[in-house]
Amino acid sequence: MEKKILFKYIDDPLQVNIDTYMSHGGYKAWEKVLKSMKPAEVIDEMKKSGLRGRGGAGFPAGMKWSFIPKDSPKPRYLVCNADESEPGTCKDRVLMEHDPHAVVEGMAIAAYAIGSHQAFCYVRGEFAYPAAMMEKAIDEAYSKGILGKNIFKSGYDLEMVVHTGGGAYICGEETALLNSLEGERGMSRIRPPFPAIEGLYGCPTVVNNVETLAVVPQVINMGAEWYAAIGTEKSKGTKIFSLSGHIKRPGNYELELGTKLSYLMNDLGGGMLDGHKLKAIIPGGSSTPFLLPNQIDTPLDYESLAAAGSMLGSGAVIVIDERTCMVWVIERLIHFYKHESCGKCTPCREGTGWLEQLIGRIEAGEGQQGDLEKIDSICDNILGRTICPLGDAAVMPIQSALKLFRDEFQYHIDNKKCLVKTEFEFK
Amino acid sequence: MILKEKAVAEIKSRMVRYPHRKSAILPALTVAYRQEGHLSPALYREIAKIIEVPYIEVAEAASFYTMFPKEPVGKYLIQVCHNISCALLGADSLIHYLEEKLGITKGETTPDDIFTLISVECLGSCATAPMMQINDKFYENLTREKVDRILEELREQARNGKENTV
Ligand SMILES: Cc1cc2nc3c(=O)[nH]c(=O)nc-3n(C[C@H](O)[C@H](O)[C@H](O)COP(=O)(O)O)c2cc1C
Repeated sequence: MEKKILFKYIDDPLQVNIDTYMSHGGYKAWEKVLKSMKPAEVIDEMKKSGLRGRGGAGFPAGMKWSFIPKDSPKPRYLVCNADESEPGTCKDRVLMEHDPHAVVEGMAIAAYAIGSHQAFCYVRGEFAYPAAMMEKAIDEAYSKGILGKNIFKSGYDLEMVVHTGGGAYICGEETALLNSLEGERGMSRIRPPFPAIEGLYGCPTVVNNVETLAVVPQVINMGAEWYAAIGTEKSKGTKIFSLSGHIKRPGNYELELGTKLSYLMNDLGGGMLDGHKLKAIIPGGSSTPFLLPNQIDTPLDYESLAAAGSMLGSGAVIVIDERTCMVWVIERLIHFYKHESCGKCTPCREGTGWLEQLIGRIEAGEGQQGDLEKIDSICDNILGRTICPLGDAAVMPIQSALKLFRDEFQYHIDNKKCLVKTEFEFK
Repeated sequence: MILKEKAVAEIKSRMVRYPHRKSAILPALTVAYRQEGHLSPALYREIAKIIEVPYIEVAEAASFYTMFPKEPVGKYLIQVCHNISCALLGADSLIHYLEEKLGITKGETTPDDIFTLISVECLGSCATAPMMQINDKFYENLTREKVDRILEELREQARNGKENTV
């Protein structure tokens, strides 16, 4: 079912103003946490809520916060990941544009929980408007004494800064993000040490996605039990799904986890665009394996999507209809991953380039017998052999397409043309 | 100095918000790009001086980030998303349409230096596809009619010497 927790006030154009936000109960959770909760209690509450990271990996938020060493003399940092660049994903932007104070408040609570006095929001560089909305919200919070020194007279200080990127998908990967925030090229770091131990400037750091943080105030206000009662046994709460592609009503929809994909696509999305037949669905952003039409009733939660052979990922559902050539789809995607590989690891740097060439020549009608086996082998040699998961992200949709649509790739090689091909026209 | 006083002031005000000055490189590049439309070694040198880091550190960072053009572009940089969600709704035809309307091919600038057309990776507007970014602004749910109107307005703005701001 559709359930609006994050999106409760998303249609209120005044929600971006601090007064409106506060009239809706905004910053109550922040005040409560500062005045009456110990950091460990906040972490416990998050653990009990079952909230998992919404940036892709689904790691439990409370547990991540608890990894920050209690006795470290170093400063700690909280970083909000607003790099949002996984193709299909466009939800964090909506939160920052329409409810930026919720993100600020969630960041503040998370910072307090880990003992951080400095928080950063890393916004992808192209998001000039969302970044401006975040800066405005932060300025308003400072002017009300909600950020800065001695907040709510609690003695707690917190500084918050918006940092904008330079157009690199890899900077969404948390260690590359930290390098980028330090003024370096956005290349990923070897883990361990994990950011919780050695993150930003070598100090304990938590990186969380915008959506993960934006719901934190509600969890504090309403209580962990309330949140944990929403969703399924293991996938708690709601999640925003970005619905795009060949669908009548694309958009961002907030659903209780465990809601069927068919409900999102048909009841909310209005069904297939122009009544065409469904061919495939990417359920969790461009790096997640495809689902087939007979899987349309899969519940949208971490476990069910994994059981269906894919992933919840960032919650970006891309709908592809029967007029679409899958070789063409994969060519688009591998072009992206090749372009975005930071170049640090050989398998990813070279491998994505070779894949782009091979898939490119199949799409151009110049494929050769044996190309598919070459692609299989390159994929095997990237998967799990890189420092960060960008290599895996590049490979997963390719392996999935070669498994589910191998005939279509073979047809392309044998006949030097697409099995189906449509030049999609914009209106 | 290429950087205007306002830009230098903004870089300095951002710089002090970080525990380490090197973090100000990306914000400084952004400020410089907003002023000039593209980056250059001369700008790296100025930024290095302001932030007090070696020139090479600025140049090194700048070369990694593709959002900043390193060559002059037209007054309006049109970036069309060609990634999957937009492609499924006709991004390629949008690019062709723009090529025809502007009389240039992708990667080129119009002779009057008003428009540069390129295509880029996903810009996070997948549910409002197809889309394009022009300078700092997103234009979404594009139709031929909308594109015509946008280009007309920008030409008009360019004639009047107005800035296109967010
Ligand atoms: C290539 C790559 C790109 C990523 N991009 C993003 C992103 O844009 N936003 C995000 O929140 N997480 C992204 N992640 C995941 C982050 O590394 C990290 O897991 C996440 O920010 C943690 O936040 P969460 O626990 O709240 O989900 C990406 C990961 C990889 C490997």
